Amino acid sequence: MAASKASASPEPATATSPATSRPLLLSGNEAIARGAREAGVRVATGYPGTPSTEILETLVRLDPGRQVYVEWATNEKVALDVALGAAMGGARALCAMKHVGLNVAADTFMTAAYTGARAGLVIVTADDPGIHSSQNEQDNRLFARFAGVPLLEPADSQEARDFTVEAFDLAERFDVPVLIRTTTRVSHARGVVTPGHLQVAPVLGFERAPGKFVMLPSNARPRHRALLERLEAMTREVEASPLNRIEWRDRALGVVTSGITYHYVREVYPEASVLKLGWTHPLPQGLSCEFAAGVGRLVVVEELEPFLEEQLRALGLAVEGKAWFPRDGELTPETVRHGFERAGCLPASESRPLSSGQTATRPPVLCPGCPHVAPFVALRQLGAVVAGDIGCYTLAATEPLLAMDSTVAMGSSIGMAIGLARSGGATGPVVAAIGDSTFLHAGLPALADAAYNGTRVTVLILDNATTAMTGGQAHPATGTTIRGDAASVVDLPAVCRALGVASVRVVDPYDLAATHLALEQAVASPGVSVVITNRPCVEAPAKVRDHPFHVIAERCTACQACMNLGCPSITWSEGWHEERRKVLIDVGTCTGCTVCAQVCPMEAMVPVPGWSPKR
Amino acid sequence: MMQDGGSLLLIGVGGQGVVLASAIVADTALRAGWDVKQSEVHGMSQRGGVVSSHLRFGRRVHSPLIEAGQADAVVAMEWNEGLRALPYLRRGGPLVINLQRTVPPGACRDRIGGASGYPALALDALVTEVGDVRACDAMEIAARLGSRKAQNSVLLGVLAPLLPFPNAAWLGSLDDHVPRPTVAANEKAFEAGRALEFPAETLAQAALAAARMNGHGGNGRGRPARLEITAAWCKGRACEICVRVCPERCLGINGIDKVRVTRAEACTGCRLCELLCPDFAIVVHEEA
Repeated sequence: MAASKASASPEPATATSPATSRPLLLSGNEAIARGAREAGVRVATGYPGTPSTEILETLVRLDPGRQVYVEWATNEKVALDVALGAAMGGARALCAMKHVGLNVAADTFMTAAYTGARAGLVIVTADDPGIHSSQNEQDNRLFARFAGVPLLEPADSQEARDFTVEAFDLAERFDVPVLIRTTTRVSHARGVVTPGHLQVAPVLGFERAPGKFVMLPSNARPRHRALLERLEAMTREVEASPLNRIEWRDRALGVVTSGITYHYVREVYPEASVLKLGWTHPLPQGLSCEFAAGVGRLVVVEELEPFLEEQLRALGLAVEGKAWFPRDGELTPETVRHGFERAGCLPASESRPLSSGQTATRPPVLCPGCPHVAPFVALRQLGAVVAGDIGCYTLAATEPLLAMDSTVAMGSSIGMAIGLARSGGATGPVVAAIGDSTFLHAGLPALADAAYNGTRVTVLILDNATTAMTGGQAHPATGTTIRGDAASVVDLPAVCRALGVASVRVVDPYDLAATHLALEQAVASPGVSVVITNRPCVEAPAKVRDHPFHVIAERCTACQACMNLGCPSITWSEGWHEERRKVLIDVGTCTGCTVCAQVCPMEAMVPVPGWSPKR
Repeated sequence: MMQDGGSLLLIGVGGQGVVLASAIVADTALRAGWDVKQSEVHGMSQRGGVVSSHLRFGRRVHSPLIEAGQADAVVAMEWNEGLRALPYLRRGGPLVINLQRTVPPGACRDRIGGASGYPALALDALVTEVGDVRACDAMEIAARLGSRKAQNSVLLGVLAPLLPFPNAAWLGSLDDHVPRPTVAANEKAFEAGRALEFPAETLAQAALAAARMNGHGGNGRGRPARLEITAAWCKGRACEICVRVCPERCLGINGIDKVRVTRAEACTGCRLCELLCPDFAIVVHEEA
């Protein structure tokens, strides 16, 4: 579509300046936001999820004039519905989510490929190979083939910006949503980006087109055929796309690669010829065959699934790939090097790295003062079988809390708790533990199920008034929008009651006894019960720092009861009592939540005298 | 050194400012006209987990990640994390390491043995292994200058002479990234780090810190204590106080509704059950 260029701003170059040509150091996510802004995006939606979260947050920062409507949606399906509706209304739309979010949005995604849109619709899936912060490492490139939509794979921040701009054009030219797939190393790595200028993409306006947007069977059948025809047209176009290129070097070895692995290949094997793919579905078959014909040996280096490899093999090409490179985990320069070594392309390296010696492991832990701690102490004491969910509180499954028995997908806790209760095999009261954002995302239908079918489960809603694990994003129960504007607030106890839950308790999780009692009463009540904890996250959106505590060493009998909380502010001191280590509190990080003082039988934990809150 | 580019690893604990520090270095490199890539790794937790940042600069940088043994320098905000990052350091490369220690709760699990899983401040051994160790107590230096929060600027000051970036690029980047009211404090801390004399001045400082920090004398019991339970006096589930308070979760209720020891091997002899039993039904024996 026609796009006129706005004049460049002479403002200083910062990550948030609207238009500039000075190189910027941007993460892939920031670059995608920039690309979308430059392409004239009008509506941007998403649900927070590592490693995708910063895309929408950056877009807000890039758009102080509020020309773009940006929202945190309740979940990824709603986000994609909103974006599709916006595109149907003629406004360029972006929808960003993590890889598993696309599972939630898949219902809309699969059929949006049929409908297409009016204005460009670009969907970003940020995959997490290596499972840095996810529950699986599915390869969402397969979703592009599954749905029949174009797939772009940027390799760095510059390409993240460039491909996003290109994606909007592609989406409009082929009347189909475009999937951009990043990985953690593209989304979160920073690189130098030369930005472009802001385009003006006018809202095209809504036009009735029921044959295109009303997917009754009689309309869906021809739209499926139309999708296949669009795919056919894309298959021709992709051959000449500048997003794919052959880099001829030594022709003994030709490497086909996409995304971040392109840079690993260039790093460890700079002499090899490379077919660098940026537009990977539909695959440029002619270009691939031309490349294969020009090299002695054809090797694919790609993260996770043999997505390119299998398609190249289907073209009849003799190609190697997963025989040498792992199909699981994140590729790194090392694993790529080792793969080339195993394949006999590179001589075995003789690196002899320095040794760490003995170091302390430092697994992720709940923060000092985290309001999630006490409820899990109580659940462990009650001998509950706990179906957990996705959030910081998933760490309750680890030492020393050890109070969570399952974590599968967003909102799964409640449904799984229902199943555990109905299995008749649970060894204690069945409790679902779910955060506020996750509850609104996918917990509501399951709670309605529990109430409707009268299943005896207790649902613990850990309401810390934010989406904590992804860095503290707003949601419908926080009272603010992504832009910080005031918003309506979901009344969680009222919602639970409205869904048919008679027993709803709200409790302060800093009061261990009250929390214990509320959970004890809840599990004893017939039918479904809900306990809601109501302390905010200590880190976001505001830092909570109350009067810190310290340990009166003479009182400490080194019983270790406080160490069972797993608080990072509590550690062993240099003192001993009866051959056991006494403890101390790091006053600098203690938030004054008082929970350790509540479990200490010796009243050794007391507020630091003479402390006054800083302004 | 690193006249044609280089690879730096910055590492620390969540909340220590690794991300900000590496953003400052990356921006400095950019201002000095280099191509830069930077990638940080942090786990699920906001605070308390390991955070590391790979930073590479050169004429044209491909990978944002550094291979093992290929980091030209490592900057560690914390002692244990500095040791953890050693496999990344090129042999002969400098290790900039803060003597600050953050002992994770996970290093305090050997309740019967009392052995800490946290490595001792053994600087001599580290110098033998690494060679070029630039250790300092950045917190102490920053505190002396008036702001403990500026400690990472001390470490950047130690790093600065190792990199081919002009001072103006450093200060410009520093000033743009730290909170406005702290610019002067951070500049002072940066200059203090830059002026540190290695190794003489800091080795002395490290010896002092080691003497202070490694003073974990004493020994753990090394064997569990033994509980003597007078079943006739125990009220079982009607009370259950000992079961609930036991920090090692050693106790349970048996089939005839009396308390019993379920994990004898884990009893540290803390005496909470003995002290809190309202019926004097439990006695702790220190001997086996």
